[in-house]
Amino acid sequence: MKEAEIRRLLAANLLCVFTIILTAVVPSFFWDGFTVLGTHLAWLCICSVCVSTLNIILHLVLKPNQSHKRSSFAHKISRFLKCCIYFFMSCILFHAIIVLYGAPLIESVTETFLFAVLLSTFTTLQCLCMLGPNVQAWIRVFSKNGAMSIWESSLQITTICSILGAWFGAFPIPLDWDRPWQVWPISCSLGATFGYMAGLIIAPLWIHWNRKQLTYKSR
Amino acid sequence: LPKCCSSTGGCLPASWPVQPAGRRVVFMGDDTWEGLFPKKFFRSYFFPSFNVKDLHTVDDGILQHLYPTVDSGEWDVLIAHFLGVDHCGHKHGPDHPEMAKKLTQMNEMLRSLVDHLGNDTLLLVAGDHGMTETGDHGGDSEKEVNAALFVYSKTPLFVTVPPEEPEAIPQVNLVPTVALLLGVPIPYSNIGEVMAELFSGDGDAVSAALQQLSVYHINAKQVDRFLHSYSLVAQDLPAEQLQHLQQLFSSAVEEHTQLLAQVQGATLVPPELESRLGSLISRFQLYLREARALCTQSWARFHLLRMVGGCTLIATSCLLCYMASELSASSDSFYRSCLLYPLLWGLMVALLLGLAHAFTQEGLDLLLVSSWAAAASQLGFFWHWWGRHPKQRLQAWLGLAFPMGILLFRCGAMFSDSFVVAEARVAPFLLASLVMLLVGKLHWDGRLTVPEGPKQQFLGFSSYRREIWYLLCLVAMLLICVRLSGFFHQCREEIPQCRPSLFLSPLASLRNTRAKNLFYLLCVVLLAGLVYAVRSWLRHYGNLNSSDPLVLFVRWGFPLVVLCIACYWAVASSADDSLGKLQELVQVAVVAFPWAVYGLASMGLLLLLCNPMTVFAKDTRESPGSIVTPYLGVPTSEVDFLHVIPQIYKRMQESQKSRLERGSCRATVAAYGLGSVYSAALVIALTLLGFLLMLLHSERLSLAFLLLFLEAFVLLHIHSRARGLPFSVPWYAVISWLLAASQFFYSTGHQPIFPAIHWNAAFVGFHLDHSTNLLPAVLVGANTFASHILFAVGCPLLLLWPFVCEMPSSQKKKPKKEPREELQEVEEHMMEMRLRESPEKFSTALLQLGLKYLFVLGTQLLACVCAAMILRRHLMVWKVFAPKFLFESLGFVVSSICLLLGISLVMRVDCAVSTWFNQLQLR
Repeated sequence: MKEAEIRRLLAANLLCVFTIILTAVVPSFFWDGFTVLGTHLAWLCICSVCVSTLNIILHLVLKPNQSHKRSSFAHKISRFLKCCIYFFMSCILFHAIIVLYGAPLIESVTETFLFAVLLSTFTTLQCLCMLGPNVQAWIRVFSKNGAMSIWESSLQITTICSILGAWFGAFPIPLDWDRPWQVWPISCSLGATFGYMAGLIIAPLWIHWNRKQLTYKSR
Repeated sequence: LPKCCSSTGGCLPASWPVQPAGRRVVFMGDDTWEGLFPKKFFRSYFFPSFNVKDLHTVDDGILQHLYPTVDSGEWDVLIAHFLGVDHCGHKHGPDHPEMAKKLTQMNEMLRSLVDHLGNDTLLLVAGDHGMTETGDHGGDSEKEVNAALFVYSKTPLFVTVPPEEPEAIPQVNLVPTVALLLGVPIPYSNIGEVMAELFSGDGDAVSAALQQLSVYHINAKQVDRFLHSYSLVAQDLPAEQLQHLQQLFSSAVEEHTQLLAQVQGATLVPPELESRLGSLISRFQLYLREARALCTQSWARFHLLRMVGGCTLIATSCLLCYMASELSASSDSFYRSCLLYPLLWGLMVALLLGLAHAFTQEGLDLLLVSSWAAAASQLGFFWHWWGRHPKQRLQAWLGLAFPMGILLFRCGAMFSDSFVVAEARVAPFLLASLVMLLVGKLHWDGRLTVPEGPKQQFLGFSSYRREIWYLLCLVAMLLICVRLSGFFHQCREEIPQCRPSLFLSPLASLRNTRAKNLFYLLCVVLLAGLVYAVRSWLRHYGNLNSSDPLVLFVRWGFPLVVLCIACYWAVASSADDSLGKLQELVQVAVVAFPWAVYGLASMGLLLLLCNPMTVFAKDTRESPGSIVTPYLGVPTSEVDFLHVIPQIYKRMQESQKSRLERGSCRATVAAYGLGSVYSAALVIALTLLGFLLMLLHSERLSLAFLLLFLEAFVLLHIHSRARGLPFSVPWYAVISWLLAASQFFYSTGHQPIFPAIHWNAAFVGFHLDHSTNLLPAVLVGANTFASHILFAVGCPLLLLWPFVCEMPSSQKKKPKKEPREELQEVEEHMMEMRLRESPEKFSTALLQLGLKYLFVLGTQLLACVCAAMILRRHLMVWKVFAPKFLFESLGFVVSSICLLLGISLVMRVDCAVSTWFNQLQLR
C-alpha cells in the first residue's frame, strides 16, 4: 500500500518537474524571441499558470485526501471562492514580505508581484489543493510530526525547498558579474523554481529512505 | 622668475620648498601653515581656519592683502591659500547657492589678479583635492583625488598647441617644477617628475628641448641619489629592480653627455638632433616614472608571518570565548583554573620577554611582547580546558546550526568585494532571515500552538495561542523597521547608480525653507517622543517614583536635554546671513548649546554611577500592628497612584518573617521599581548616550536613531517571547543583536570607507581650532561607531529583558489560578530579583553573555582580517578590503570597551542593590 502510494507520488512529482521544463522550452517554438531570461515576465506567467493547472488536475485525479463527506454544490462554490481569496491574499502577503526583505518599493512592481504569484503557486496553491482553505490544518501540517500522510510530508518538503530556493536566489544579486540573470527578480524566481523542482524530486526519495521511521497518525 | 602660487585648497605643505635661500616668500591664508613652517616666511598673513563652517574669514583676509602685496613687488614667491571653497563643500555640498557664490568670488579674484601680474610672473592655481557629491574629502575616490591645475603666464608657455584633453599630473610633480623654476635645488626626498612644458623658454624648438633635457637630467640625478641613499638605509626596495633602474639611469646619463658633446661640437643637424633629444627625454621620463612606481609599490608591504600570527591569535581567541561560554554554563568552579591562571601565565611570559629584551639591549617591540603573552595565556586556558571539557551532544550542535549558519553567511560575505560593497543590504537581509527562521522554528517545535487536547487531536487541527498575534506583530514591526532603516544609507563609489540618502545632509543645506522647517519640527517631535516613551516605560515599571537625584534628572533633565538639542539644531541649520546683526549671538549659541548637552548628559551619567537605584521604598514598618498585603491591588493614596505596579521582594518578606517571629511588629516593605532596577539603569544610560550621539550626527539622522531604539526594543521583546532556558542568552539573540548593530552602522549614514566619515562631528560644540587631536578623534569615532556603542552597552538587556517581561504573562494567568496558589503567584512577580536569588548564576550568565558577544564580534573580525590577508593582492584591496578591515577592527575595539562598560554598569547596580538591602535590614 505504502510503496504503491510512494510510486504514485513520485509519478505526480516527476510530471510537475517535466511541466516546468516544458514551460521553459515549448513557448519558444510558438513565439520567436522567447527565452526564460529575456522575456522573464512572460515565462513567470506561463509557469505559474501551467503549474497551477497541473496541480489542480492532479489533485482532482489522484484525490490524496479522500473526504468522506458529500458536500452540496453551493458548498463547493463557496469553498472555491474561499480558495481564490486565500490565494490572492497569499500573493499580497508574499509581495509585502519580499519588499520588506529589500526589494524595490516602487520600481518593478510588476516583477515583484509576479514573483510573489510564482511563490504562491509553489507553496500556497499546493496547500489549498491538498488541505483546502483550512488554516488550522495548515498550521498542523507545518509543525513537527504534523504530517499525516506521505502527501503531506511531500507538501512540507516542497514548500520549504521553494522558499529556501528563493532565499538563496537573492545571493548572487550583489555580485559584479554583470550577468543577465542577476537582474531582479530573475535569480530569485529561478532559485524558487529550482528549489521547488529539487523538493519535488527529494520528497519521494526522502520518504522512501525514511519509510520505516515515518509512522503517520491515523485520523 | 618671480612667481605666484594661488592655491584654492590646501597644498601638500610638507612638499613645498619654503624659504629657499635668498628668496622672499610671502604667505597669506590658512594658519595651519604657521604650525608647519614657523617663522619661515618673509611676510605672512595668517587667518584662523579650522572651523569648517566659517566660509569667509580666511578668504576675505587674503583678498584684503593680496593685491597690495602683488603690486608692491616685494616678493619672489607668494602663496595664497584660499579655504572658502573647501569649507563651503563641507558645509553645504557642491550644488548649493553658497558654493556658486564662493566660486564666483574666486573667479573674480583670478580675473583681477591676472591684471595685476607682471610679464615675468607665473600663476599656478591648484586644488589639493576634489570633493565627493556630499562635499567631503579625505578618501581615495576618483572625485576626491582629482583636482584642477591652472597654469598662467603672460609670456606664452607652450611652444606647441596644448592638448585638447588635458593630461593628469601627479601632485608630487609640483615640487621639482617649482623648485627648478625658482632656481633652488630639488628637495632631497622628491620622487616627482618636472613638468617639462614650463621650461621651454621662448627660443626655438631645439633650445627648448635642450633646456628641458637639462631639467630632466637634474631631476633624474636627484632621484637617483635619493634611491641610492634610501636603499642603503632601508632594505625594502627589491634589489633587482633597483639595479635595473640604475642601468637605465647610467645609460641615459652617458648618452646625455655624448649628446651634449656633439651639440657643442655642432656635429648634429637639427632634424636628427631633435629626434635624439626627444628620445633621450623620453628615456629620462621612463626612468623617473619607473622609480616612482617602484617606490609606491614597495612602500605598501606585507609582513606575512605577523599576519598569519595575528589571524591565529584572533581565531584562538574566538575559540576561547566559545569554549569558556560553554564551560561557564556547565561547571561552576572553572573561573580560577581556566581564567585566572592563564592570565597569570600570560603576565609571566610578558615579564620574561621584557626582561630578556632588557638584557639583550634590543628595542622592545610592544606588539610582539603582547602577542606572545596572549598566546601563552591562551595555551594555559586550553591546557586547563582539556581536562574538564564537557561532552557535546549532537543535538546541541544541531540546535546551533541555524544561528551559526547565518553567522557563517555573514562571515563568508566578507570575502567577496561585491558583498562588502553591498553589506548595507546584506546585514538587514540576514537579520530578517534570522528572525523569520526563529519564528518558523518556534512554530515547527509547536511552542506557539496550544497543546493538543483530545478533541483537537481527533480532528487533526491545531490552533494558535493568543500570543501568536503579538509575536507576529512584533516580527512585522521588526521587518518594517529594518526596511525603513534602508532609507538612510550612504553611497559608495562602486555603485554608480546609487544616490545618497536625502537625510544625510544637514538641514543647513536645504534650500526650501518650508521643507526645512517641516523636517526640523519632525525631528524635534520625534526626539520628544523618545523621551516620552522612555519616561512612560520607566513609569510603567515603577521606576519614576522616588525622589532620588537620578529620577529627578530623568524627569526634568531629559526634557532639558531635548530642548538644548532642538535649539542647537535650530541655530545650526539657519542660513548664514539671515540673522544679520544676531550673527555674533548665533556664534555663541552654536557653541553653548552642544556644551549644555554634553554637560547635562555627563551629569546624568555621573548621577547614574553614584546612585543607580530607581527604587521607591514604602516602608510601613513604622506603624506597628498593621498587616500590609504584599500586593497593593487598589491604589489608595496619591503616591500609590503613581506606582502602577508595586514590586515585592521575596527575601524582604523572609527577613520580615524572621522578624515577625522574633518581634511583635508585622509589617512589610513595598518597593516600587525593584523588579526592573537593572534594566532601568541601562535604559537611562542608553538614552543619554543616544542623545549625545544624535547631537553628533546631522539633524535628520535622529530619525534613524529612533528606528534603532524601536528595533532594539522589538528585538528584545521577540527574544523574551522566544527564549527557552532562563539564565542563558541563546546564540540567535546575540547574533541578531550584532546584526542589528552592523545594520545601523550603515543606517546612520556610514560606510566602511574614508570618504564617508562624518568629519563635521568634530566641530559640534567647537567653533574654532582644537588644541589636541584627541578630542576630535573621540567625537568622530563616537559618530562613526554610534550603533556599535549603543548596542554593546545595551547588550546586558538581552539577559535582563525576559525577566522584566515575565510579569504581564503571570498576571494574565492570575484569575485562572486557585486562591491557594495566590502566595506563589506573588513570588512570581520578582522579575529581575530572580537574578539576585542566585547570584552565582547571575554572574555566570553575565559572563557567558559577554563571551558570546565577544565570540560573534571576534568571528566577524576574523573573517575580515582573513579576507584582507588572503586578498592582499586583489585589485580592490585598497578600495574595499583594507578600509573594511580598519573599520571593523576599530568597531571591535569600541564594541568590546562598551560591552565591558555596560556589564560593569550592571555590576554597579548590583552593588547598589546589595547596599540598599543592607540598609533596609539595618533599619
